[in-house]
Amino acid sequence: MMMKHRSHPLWKAFVVHRISGLALALFLPIHFIVLGLALEGAESLNSALRFSELPFVKAAEVFLVLLLAVHLLGGIRILILELTQLSWDQRALSRSAFGLSVAIAGIFLWSAV
Amino acid sequence: MKTKAKHLQVTIDRFDGESHYQTTHEVPTRDNQTVLDVVTWIQQHDDPTLSYRFACRVGMCGSCAMNINGEPKWSCRTHVNKVVDSGLKLTISPLRNMPILRDLSVDMTQFFDKWTQAVGYFVPTKTKDDPLPAILPDSRDRAKANQSIECINCGICYSACDVVAANDAYLGPAALNRAWTLMNDERDGGSKERLEAVSSDAGCHNCHSQHGCSTYCPNLLAPATSIAGLKRQTLLNVLPWGSRDD
Ligand code: HEM
Ligand code: SF4
Ligand code: SF4
Ligand code: FES
Repeated sequence: MMMKHRSHPLWKAFVVHRISGLALALFLPIHFIVLGLALEGAESLNSALRFSELPFVKAAEVFLVLLLAVHLLGGIRILILELTQLSWDQRALSRSAFGLSVAIAGIFLWSAV
Repeated sequence: MKTKAKHLQVTIDRFDGESHYQTTHEVPTRDNQTVLDVVTWIQQHDDPTLSYRFACRVGMCGSCAMNINGEPKWSCRTHVNKVVDSGLKLTISPLRNMPILRDLSVDMTQFFDKWTQAVGYFVPTKTKDDPLPAILPDSRDRAKANQSIECINCGICYSACDVVAANDAYLGPAALNRAWTLMNDERDGGSKERLEAVSSDAGCHNCHSQHGCSTYCPNLLAPATSIAGLKRQTLLNVLPWGSRDD
């Protein structure tokens, strides 16, 4: 089955939104575990925080910021589309949302190194 | 014309009621040739068993839709030179999301049944003895309905929709688009049951706003925007202060 009918920006926006949503859902439990360690005492939190200094963990964090920004801004775009009657150009809006997300993740990366 | 000597390489997805297979055909190119012309040429000169539908040949009746190089389009108004590249390859298959009867003819029964399910029919509030209500062309509701009328029931949006592909019960963009035009029809009295129908499990909230429907509708309608309107209306309906979407 050819999938050419999917080669338009808003279908891609849907995929990005779903993947980022699912990835966030996977990440959040881990995030809460780390926060939970803070309640269990300083030592385990410290080792967890030391873990978060590792370069590949840093890279993963930048990626997560990207995911969150993409999902948040993309989600706002969908809400504007569905809940208001503003007839903005959705294709341009989804591209801008993605661009802005990359910029946000870029700033995070820049401040992290 | 120098193009006359060239031939299109056409591949068609076939179904004879039992098995699926493909046939290939060499079709001479013509100026201003449409995909419907190609299919008709094949049936008349190469394979009389090829089954397909058309009626008006001018984009009015909505019966000639098929997947052309992977995209759902009306074949009578799709020019070959707009869809083939220099390789002159054309792939034609039936619309998706509907059972295939034979070759390029699909069974649209469920597609139309869903219009009824979505209360996509006019519910009169007056009799023929009452005076006709005056609806100003620039009134708010008329303007909203305007964006989504002129649907030719071609099924292209339905075929483009991945949510229909994933959920057989989903009413789909065409039926929901029709429901939205009626929601904005002052003369219609079916809003309550229609709103219930479109907010059912099979209804508008299945839509992920992927805009496949609006991308491919040959009449440039925007079913996705209509569905967003229905989503707003169903939402307003559960809020204590909201009842009308304006
Ligand atoms: C930050 C604020 C957020 C906003 C504004 C937002 C917005 C949205 C919207 C509007 C949708 C519906 C998309 C659709 O109809 O296809 C959605 C889907 C989803 N969201 Fe979020 N969301 C947010 C945060 C999150 C978080 C933190 C998670 C992870 C736990 C998450 C996980 C998901 C998932 C898994 C989906 C389903 C994706 C799909 O159906 O394609 N979201 N979100
Ligand atoms: S916008 Fe909604 S109805 Fe239209 S193709 Fe996408 S999922 Fe289907
Ligand atoms: S909304 Fe457009 S694509 Fe869908 S059936 Fe009507 S005319 Fe065809
Ligand atoms: S044959 Fe009527 S729309 Fe194409």
